[in-house]
Amino acid sequence: MPRLSRLAIRAALVYLLLGFTFGGLMLLNKGTPLASWAWRLLPAHVEFLLIGWTAQFILGVGFWILPRFSRGPARGNELFAWLALGLVNAGVCLAGIAPVLNAPPSIALLGRLAEAGAAIAFVLHTWPRVKPLAQ
Amino acid sequence: MPTLTRWSIKSALIYFIAALTTGVVLAARPVFDLPPALAALSPVYFHLLMVGWITQLIFGIVYWMFPKYSREKPRGGERLAWTTYVLLNMGLILRAIGEPMQAAQPGGAWGWLLAVSAMLQWLAGLAFVANTWGRVK
Repeated sequence: MPRLSRLAIRAALVYLLLGFTFGGLMLLNKGTPLASWAWRLLPAHVEFLLIGWTAQFILGVGFWILPRFSRGPARGNELFAWLALGLVNAGVCLAGIAPVLNAPPSIALLGRLAEAGAAIAFVLHTWPRVKPLAQ
Repeated sequence: MPTLTRWSIKSALIYFIAALTTGVVLAARPVFDLPPALAALSPVYFHLLMVGWITQLIFGIVYWMFPKYSREKPRGGERLAWTTYVLLNMGLILRAIGEPMQAAQPGGAWGWLLAVSAMLQWLAGLAFVANTWGRVK
């Protein structure tokens, strides 16, 4: 498994654990109200699990298993893939944590912009690799 | 395909149908003037889809296809993997039952059912990460 995939998948596993922890706290609080602050974790719960876990896991596995090139670098230009990895993690942290900490909405916007940038970078890297195996 | 993967994928497929059927009920509620209490199914719908379908499908395929942990234990701890499967599904089923019931009759036993569900699902996540971490290599 290439280094980028290892980093992305391990980061995704961390987000899975954090997202499940936040979700568990909210569900626990729904069943047996202990701490009203638990509901403030909702934006982080959603962001961590949808983007940090699911999307980032797909990014990591896609980089690993999609067809490689027989000429030149095996996985093509990796720059956009690394950019996607950096942007998705910056984005998830900003967009997920900002609302929990009552930060200005512009911080969450910055996070969502980073996530959108990650999507564009991931597509730019992946597009040429969606091809017949022999090429 | 290992037995656990087959169980996970088939369970995930059942949750996929259950989630989208719940989505139909939610959309039908205002159209057919169904009881407002059905709106409590909204979080159940999202979690059947994201935990029961997507996450469980990933869990099953990771167990099958990720690099081997070692020659002796190619898929890591098999018992831990089965524990993950049982915890995740028990937790999710308890939630699917408990959440609408808790909305209809707040407090009491339904609340404790949700607390147990929360704990089971969290433990499932922990067990999956513990068993998978060493195979990311």
